[in-house]
Amino acid sequence: MMAITAVTIARLRNLFAVVVLSTLYSFLMATVLVVLDAVDVALTEAAVGAGISTVLLLGTLYLTRSEEAVPVHRAWLPFGVALVVGGLLAFGTLGLPEFGRPDSDIHQHVAPRYLEQGKAETGVPNIVTAVLASYRGFDTLGETTVIFTAGVGIILLLRRSRSDESDRPTDRRDGS
Amino acid sequence: MRAQIVPRVVTKLFIPFVLMFALYVQFHGDYGPGGGFQAGVTLAAAIILYALIFGLPNARRVMPPWLVEAMIALGVLIFGAVGVAGMLRGEEFLDYSVLSADAVAGQHLGILLVEAGVCVTVAGVMLMIFYLFAGRGRRPS
Amino acid sequence: MNPLDYANYWIAMFLLVTGLFIVIARGNLVKKLVGLGIFQTSVYLLYIAPGKILGGTAPIIDPRFSVYSNPLPHVLILTAIVVGVATLALGLALVVRINEAYGSIEEDEVHALDLERD
Repeated sequence: MMAITAVTIARLRNLFAVVVLSTLYSFLMATVLVVLDAVDVALTEAAVGAGISTVLLLGTLYLTRSEEAVPVHRAWLPFGVALVVGGLLAFGTLGLPEFGRPDSDIHQHVAPRYLEQGKAETGVPNIVTAVLASYRGFDTLGETTVIFTAGVGIILLLRRSRSDESDRPTDRRDGS
Repeated sequence: MRAQIVPRVVTKLFIPFVLMFALYVQFHGDYGPGGGFQAGVTLAAAIILYALIFGLPNARRVMPPWLVEAMIALGVLIFGAVGVAGMLRGEEFLDYSVLSADAVAGQHLGILLVEAGVCVTVAGVMLMIFYLFAGRGRRPS
Repeated sequence: MNPLDYANYWIAMFLLVTGLFIVIARGNLVKKLVGLGIFQTSVYLLYIAPGKILGGTAPIIDPRFSVYSNPLPHVLILTAIVVGVATLALGLALVVRINEAYGSIEEDEVHALDLERD
C-alpha cells in the first residue's frame, strides 16, 4: 500500500494532492513502525511527518502555486538510473541477515548491554529514552544543535526586515 | 475561518487536551513511549492549531515571537548546562551520575533535564518556522 | 531461503528507488522535497526492520517480557526524523525565496531565467 502511494506521488501533477498523499504515506509508515516494535519512532513519525510537514508543505504551496508544469522531455534517463540503483541494491540485500532472527550481528553488539543494564544504571524503564539522553547524550546534543541551526537559517531566510513590514502593513493575513 | 462556529468550539475543547498530552508524553517518556522530541512537536502542533482557527495575530499574542526565539536558544543552553554541571562536579561532560547523591537518581534527573531542553528547542523551532511561513503574505504577482 | 525473509529490504529498496526517481526526474522543487522525504523514510525502514526480533516486544523494560527488539536503531532514527523535518523546513524556506526572486518553482524555468540574465 505504501508502494502504491509512493508511485502515485511520482505520477501526480497536482501538488495539493501530492501533499495529502504524503501525509497518508507518513501514517502508513507510522503503522509499519508500530508493527516493528519502534513505538517511540512511530509516535514521532506520526506527529512530525503527518502533522508538521503537512502544515509546512501547505504553507509553501499557499505562498507559491499548486500545479506542476508538464515536463518537456520523457524521463527515461532518470528511470534508467533508478533501475540500475535498484538492481545494485537488490544484489546487496542478498548478503544481509534474514528478517527477525535474534542471532544476527546487530543484536550482538552493545544492544544487549543496554537492555540488561539500562534500567539498573539510569532508573528509566524505556531504554530508548535512556540511550537517547544518557548513553548517547553527545549525539542528541549535536542533533539539538542541528535543529537550532536550521531554525536560525530559516529565520535568516524568511524574516522580513523592519522597513519591509512598514511598507505593506495590510497584506499580513490570518494563518491558513 | 473566523465565522464558522463548529471548528472554533471544537478547537477550544481540544487544545487543553493536546497540551495535556504533550506534557504527558514529556514526563511519561521515561516509562512509556515518548520524550522531548515528541512533546515538543505536539506542543507546537497545539499552538499551530490555535493559530489556524483563531488567526495568527491571536496566536502571536499567546506566544510572542521573542519568546519563541528565546526558547530556541534556551533549549540548547539547558542541554549544554546539564553537561557542564556534570563536568563541574568532577566527572566527564554529560555524565549525569554526579548530579545527585545517588548515581541512579542523578542519571534520572539528568535525563529529565536534557529531555526538557530538547522539548523547548524543538517546540520553539517548529513554532518559529510556522510563524515565518504563515506571516509571509502571498507575493503580488 | 524463504523470499519473505528479505521482503523488508525489498520494500525499503523500492521506496528508496521511487524517491530517487522523483528527486532526479521531477523539475518542481516542492515535489523534489516530497521525493526526498520518501527517500528518507525508506532509510528509516531499512534501519528499524533489522532491529526487530520475532516474538520480541518494544524496548520498555517490564517484568512480564524477556525478549526485546533492539533499541539502538530506534534512537538513531528518532533523531533522524526530527533533523529531517528541520532540513525539510529549510528547503521549503529556500523554495519560497526562489519563488520570490524568480516567480517560479520549476527548475527549468529558473535555469532559463538565469541564462537570460547572463
